[in-house]
Amino acid sequence: MSLLRRRKPSDSDKKRPTVPVPVQDSEADSTKGANNASSVPVPNSVRRAKARCSCFDSCCWWIGFVCSTWWFLLFLYNAMPASFPQYVTEAITGPLPDPPGVKLLKEGLRAKHPVVFVPGIVTGGLELWEGHQCAEGLFRKRLWGGTFGEVYKRPLCWVEHMSLDNETGLDPPGVRVRPVSGLVAADYFIPGYFVWAVLIANLARIGYEEKTMYMAAYDWRISFQNTEVRDQSLSRIKSNIELMVATNGGKKVVVIPHSMGVLYFLHFMKWVEAPSPMGGGGGPDWCAKHIKAVMNIGGPFLGVPKAVTGLFSAEAKDVAVARAIAPDVLDFDILGLQTLRHVMRMTRTWDATMSMIPKGGDTIWGGLEWAPEDGYECSNGQKKQQKNGNSDSHKGKGNKTNTGVNRPRVHYGRIVSFGKDVAEVPSSVIERLDFQDAKKGNAMADSNASCQDVWTEYHELGSIGRKAVADYKVYTAGSVLDLLQFIAPKMMRRGSAHFSYGIADYLDDPKYGHYKYWSNPLETKLPNAPEMEIFSLYGVGVPTERAYVYKRASSAECSIPFQIDTSAEGGPDNPCLKGGVYLSDGDETVPVLSAGFMCARGWRGKTRFNPTGMKTFVREYSHSPPSNLLEGRGSQSGAHVDIMGNFALIEDIIRVAAGATGEEIGGDQVFSEVFKWSEKIKLKL
Amino acid sequence: MSELRKRKPSSTNTPSSSAPKPPVPPPIPSDSDSIVSESEPVPVPASKQKTKPPKSDKTQETSGAKKWSCVDSCCWLIGIICSVWWVLLFSYNAMPASIPQFVTEAISGPMPDPPGVKLQKEGLKAKHPVVFVPGIVTGGLELWEGHQCAEGLFRKRLWGGTFGEVYKRPLCWVEHMSMDNETGLDPPGVRVRPVTGLVAADYFAPGYFVWAVLIANLARIGYEEKNMYMAAYDWRISFQNTEVRDQTLSRIKSNIELMVSTNGGKKVVVIPHSMGVLYFLHFMKWVEAPAPMGGGGGPDWCAKHIKALINIGGPFLGVPKAVAGLFSAEAKDVAVARSIAPGVLDSDFLGQTTLRHVMRMTRTWDATMSLIPKGGDTIWGGLDWSPEEGSVCPPDKEEYSNGINYGRMISFGKDIAEAPATEIDQTDFRDAEKGNNIAHSNGSCGDTWTEYHEMGWRGIKAVADYKVYTTGSLVDLLSFVAPKMMQRGSAHYSYGIADDLDDPKYQHYKYWSNPLETKLPNAPEMEIFSLYGVGLPTERAYVYKLAQSAECYIPFQIDTSVNNGTCLKDGVYLVNGDETVPVLSAGFMCAKGWNGKTRFNPAGIKTYIREYVHAPPSNLLEGRGTQSGAHVDIMGNFALIEDVVRIAAGATGDEIGGNQVHTDILKWSERIKLKL
Repeated sequence: MSLLRRRKPSDSDKKRPTVPVPVQDSEADSTKGANNASSVPVPNSVRRAKARCSCFDSCCWWIGFVCSTWWFLLFLYNAMPASFPQYVTEAITGPLPDPPGVKLLKEGLRAKHPVVFVPGIVTGGLELWEGHQCAEGLFRKRLWGGTFGEVYKRPLCWVEHMSLDNETGLDPPGVRVRPVSGLVAADYFIPGYFVWAVLIANLARIGYEEKTMYMAAYDWRISFQNTEVRDQSLSRIKSNIELMVATNGGKKVVVIPHSMGVLYFLHFMKWVEAPSPMGGGGGPDWCAKHIKAVMNIGGPFLGVPKAVTGLFSAEAKDVAVARAIAPDVLDFDILGLQTLRHVMRMTRTWDATMSMIPKGGDTIWGGLEWAPEDGYECSNGQKKQQKNGNSDSHKGKGNKTNTGVNRPRVHYGRIVSFGKDVAEVPSSVIERLDFQDAKKGNAMADSNASCQDVWTEYHELGSIGRKAVADYKVYTAGSVLDLLQFIAPKMMRRGSAHFSYGIADYLDDPKYGHYKYWSNPLETKLPNAPEMEIFSLYGVGVPTERAYVYKRASSAECSIPFQIDTSAEGGPDNPCLKGGVYLSDGDETVPVLSAGFMCARGWRGKTRFNPTGMKTFVREYSHSPPSNLLEGRGSQSGAHVDIMGNFALIEDIIRVAAGATGEEIGGDQVFSEVFKWSEKIKLKL
Repeated sequence: MSELRKRKPSSTNTPSSSAPKPPVPPPIPSDSDSIVSESEPVPVPASKQKTKPPKSDKTQETSGAKKWSCVDSCCWLIGIICSVWWVLLFSYNAMPASIPQFVTEAISGPMPDPPGVKLQKEGLKAKHPVVFVPGIVTGGLELWEGHQCAEGLFRKRLWGGTFGEVYKRPLCWVEHMSMDNETGLDPPGVRVRPVTGLVAADYFAPGYFVWAVLIANLARIGYEEKNMYMAAYDWRISFQNTEVRDQTLSRIKSNIELMVSTNGGKKVVVIPHSMGVLYFLHFMKWVEAPAPMGGGGGPDWCAKHIKALINIGGPFLGVPKAVAGLFSAEAKDVAVARSIAPGVLDSDFLGQTTLRHVMRMTRTWDATMSLIPKGGDTIWGGLDWSPEEGSVCPPDKEEYSNGINYGRMISFGKDIAEAPATEIDQTDFRDAEKGNNIAHSNGSCGDTWTEYHEMGWRGIKAVADYKVYTTGSLVDLLSFVAPKMMQRGSAHYSYGIADDLDDPKYQHYKYWSNPLETKLPNAPEMEIFSLYGVGLPTERAYVYKLAQSAECYIPFQIDTSVNNGTCLKDGVYLVNGDETVPVLSAGFMCAKGWNGKTRFNPAGIKTYIREYVHAPPSNLLEGRGTQSGAHVDIMGNFALIEDVVRIAAGATGDEIGGNQVHTDILKWSERIKLKL
C-alpha cells in the first residue's frame, strides 16, 4: 500500500526531471533545439513540486527512521536482562562494592528495631483531594513530586492550589492538598531521583519491610503544630510508633529524620510528652519507652541562611525550590514578569519555611565583627593542589598562596549586607540607619492596582520602606528577624505564632510549654530518656551558603525590590565569595555549624538542654563527587539530599537499626572544625 | 539536512557506477518515452562529460527508487504514523479535561451528578471515618525479596498494575506468587507483601477501578486520607496468618482506634468487599478475643468502634466457584490468573503445563479455601432439593429453573445431574485406594505439583464413580483429591454449622470467618448491611467429565458441551446473583440467619439487605456503567455509592430505606431449615 503510494509519484517524476537536468547543464551552449526551450517552463514547476514532495517525504522518512530505531532500542532495553547495566558498569569501573545492605547481610545482621523515616521539606509528595474548576481531573494526582506535569500545563492553577491561606496558614477555601502517605510519599521525589529509596532498599536486604518501616509523611508546607490540627499527623506518628513497638516484641524504634524532618521530630518529641490538648498526652517517659535512637541526617538544628534569602527575595535554591525544579518555566516569560512574585507569594504562605530561619541570633551565628567559622579557608582541596604546584616553583601560584594570608576577612556574621564593600569593612565604619521606625508607604500607588493579585506585601512597603531596609546596610542573624518582620509583617505574624528563634535563659519558665518553642533546640530540653542516643549525620566538604551580598533591584513595577548581587565575586583573593554568596563548609544547604553544634556541644554531656545526659554523636561524611557518570549521584556524596545514597551513611544507619550503639559504630567521626567552632560560641550550657 | 543525506549517495555513486559500465544501454528501454529519447541524444556530442552524470543519475534513481521503496517507504509510513500519533497525543494532552465528559453528554444527554456531588449539594458532610476491606485478587502485591530471576523488581507490583512481569518472565512470576505448600507462608528467600494505603486497591489495573469511584465520591463530601483507611492484607494467605506474618489485624485495630480518637470519637463505618467480608468477620472475632490468639480488645471493642458494617457482595456462605477453582482451576474469578492473562494461559506459551502451573500456584493460596461453600446440605441443598429451585434464571425473566437440582454441586454427566436421586448409584470414594500407575508422571510432572499425580488411576476413577457431590460431600472430595492443601485449610477454616455456639472449641480462630459457627459481637447499636447486585447469571453447580488422560493433565474438567436454556450453560448451572456470588450466599445471613435476635446474633444487631438490579451500560462511553450489579463493577454503582455515602455521613439503615429486595431471597431463606 505504502509502496504503491510512494512509487507512483516517483515514476511520474522520473520521466520529466531527467529532462531538465541536461537542459540546465547544457545551458552554456544555447544552440539548443527550440523544442527544448518549450520544455523549460515545465520542469521548473515540476522540480518545485518534487522538492516539496521529497522534503516532506524525507521528513517522514527521517521521523520513521528515528521512531523505528527508538522502538528497536526500547525493545532491546526491555528484553535485556536486568543485571546488564550493572555488568557494563563493572566492566568499565571494576567490580562495584556490595551495597551496604548486602554486605551487612553477609555479616549476619538482621532487622531488629523498627525504623521511622521523617522526610524533610520539599521531598514529600502532595496530592489534590479537592480543588477548583481549573484543577479538574487531578483528583488524587500528585501536585508536588512525581513528574510535575501540571506545573507546565497549568502553572497559575498549580500555584493557586499549592498556596495556603495567607491569614491562617491553612487550606484556602475549596482546596484540599494533602500529603501522600506510605513509603511512596518520599522514596523518589521525581522518577529516577531517589530520596529514601536507596536506604529503603538496603534496609530491605536485611529483612525490613513495610511492617517495620514507617514513613512519617506530613504536609511540609504548614507549620508543625498545624499538621496535627489539620491532619492529626503527629497523632498518626505516635500511634504508628506504638503499633510498631507493640508488634515487634517491644523493640524501640530508630527514627531517621532528614532535613526539616529533624525539626519536625524535635517538635514531635516535645508534643508527644506534653499533656493534651496541646500535646499528645503520652506521658513523661514516652520517648524513653519508644525510641532507641534518633539519627538526624543533615539536620538544620539552628536553621539555614538559605531560608532567609528564600523569604527575603525568593532566591535561595532549596527552600524556594520551585525555582530549582522548574527553572525553565520560572525564568521564562510564561507567567510574564510576575513569575518570581508568584513563587514568592506561594512560598510565603508556607509557614514551615519559617521553621528554618537561623536560630540563636548573634550568639550562635556571629555578630558584626565575629563568627564561629572565622578563619575558615574556602575550597581547601583546591588550595592544597596549588601548594603542591608551588613546590614545582610556579611563581604565579606562589603569589596566590601569599595573598591567601592577606586575604580580606570574611564576616560570616553579616548574613545580609547591602553591597560588597559593606560586607568587608570593619563594623565601626558602617553607618547604619535604623529601619524599624521607618514609615512605609508612599509612591507605588500604581502597583496597588496592577500587582494586587500577586500578593507579597512588598508593595505595601513603598519606596521609603525599601530605602530604610537598604540603609541599615548589615543584618546579623539577630536583626534578620526584625528585617523579615518589617518587610513581611503578615507572614511573620503567622510565623511567630508557631516558631521561635531565641535562646532560653531559663528553660523551666512555664512559657516554654507552648508549642511554638518545641522545634527550637535552644529553647527546649531533650526528653527524659537517658538510654536514647542522638546522632547528627551530615555531609561536609561542599560549599554552603552562609551570608549574602544584596543590592536593590531596579524598581520595575511589581518586582521584588531586593536581589542578591551576583556580580560580587571574591575573586582569587577571597574564594569564599561567589556570585554574591559567602560560602562556608557544609552539605550545600546546611552549614556545619547548624547541623553539628547541638550534638557537638549544645547537648554534649549533661547540659541544661540535655538534662538526662543522653549520648550524642557527630558523624560527618566527606563529600566526594561521583567518579563517573555511571555512578549517577554517587555513593559517597555529602550533598544535602544525595547523602541519602551515601554507602557509609547507610551502613551506619543499618548497623544502628540492627541493634548497634553509637560507640559500636565508632563514636564521633569529624572532618570539619565543628568542635573548634563550637568552642567559640558563648552559650550558657 | 536529511535531504542532503539522502541525495548525496546518489551523486557520489554516479562517477563510480558510470565509470565501469557505460550508461549508454539505457536509451534502449527509454524508447517508450519519446521526450527522453529525443532530447537526450542531442546534447551528447556537445558536452559528453556533462550529460553523462544526469543519465546515470536516472539509472541510479531507478535502482535507488527500488531501495527507497522497500526500506524507506516503510520508514516513511512509520514516520507518518509516528507524527500523527504525536499530534494526537499532543492534542489529547492539550485538551481541557472536561472534553470527554462534554462529548459524552452531547451524545447521551446530560449525565446525572455523581452521588458525591449530589449529596454534597444536599449538605452532607464527612462524619464517620470509613475503612475499606478489599477482597481477594483486587489488592496489589509487591516484591520485597526475591530470587535471582526477579532482579530489578524490588518494590514493584507483582500483582495489580500492568502485570508486565507475567508476560516477561512467567515462570519466575509463578514462583514468586506461590506460597510454601506446607506452611502456607513465604517460600524461603521470597517476600511478597501487600501494598499499603489507598493505592493498594483503588485501581486493580490502570483504568480498571475497584475502590477509586467510591473514594472519589466520598472525597466530595470531605473525606480524605486521614478518615479513610484501606485495610490492605495479603489475600493469598489465611486470615490468621496475615496477623502472624504481617500483624495486619493489629494494624487494622490500631488504625481504627486512631481514626476514632482523632475524629472526636465518631465510630467507623466498615466497607468490606467480596472476601473482605469474611476477613472482617474474622477480624471482629479476633479483636475481642484475648491475646495471644486474639487482639485483646475486650468484649465491647466492636460496640465502641464500629457504627456499621456495609458488606458489598459478601460471600458469607462461600461461593460454588471456589470449588471449581480448587478442583480443576476452571472458575473465572478465583483462579483468576486465567481471566487476567488469558492469552498467556490458554496458549501454549508455557507448554501444556500452563494450567497446572496456575493450579499449583492457586492451591498454595490458603485464602481461596475460605470461599468453599459453608453450611453443607442444610444451606445449599441436597440431592433432591435446593433453596433456589424454581427461581428465575437471569438474564431471562421468563425461564424458571424447575427440576434443576442445584444441590448437586458437582455431577459427573448431565444425565446424572438430572436423574432422580434414587436412581443414582453412588460408590463411595472415601476409602478408595490411591496410587497405581501414572508412575512415569512422577518424573515428568514433578515440578508442577498438584497432588493429582499422587491420586493415580484408581483415585480418579473413584472420584468419578461417586457421580454426585452435594455441598456436604465437597469437603471430603477436596480432601481426597488434595489432601495436603485441605490439611492446611482445615487448620484455618471450618465449613460446618455449630450446634452449640457456646462450646469452647468455637474460640479457635478457624471458626471466626464462618458466620454459622460464630456469634456476632455484642454491639446492639451496630448495623450490618448486605449490599449486592442481582440479575446476573451466577455459577451455582457444575457438570463435570473426565478429561482425556494425557500426562500431567488435570484429570477432571467442566463438560462445556452441556447446554439447556439459560439455566444451564456450558456445563454450569446458573442462578441469580452478581456473577460470582449467588444471592443465597450474599443475602441469607442478613435476611434470616442474623435477622432479629437469633443464636448467631445474640445482641439483636439490626441487619439490612439492599439489592441492586444489574443494568448494563447503555453505551460504550459509560465504561463499566453506573448501574452495574456485577461483583466488582458494582463498586461504581451510583445507587450503592449513594447508600454508602449516606451511611458514612451519619444515616441509619432505616433512614436510607431499610431493605430493598428484588429477588426471592426471603422465600428461599425460609426453605432453609436452620436452627436459629
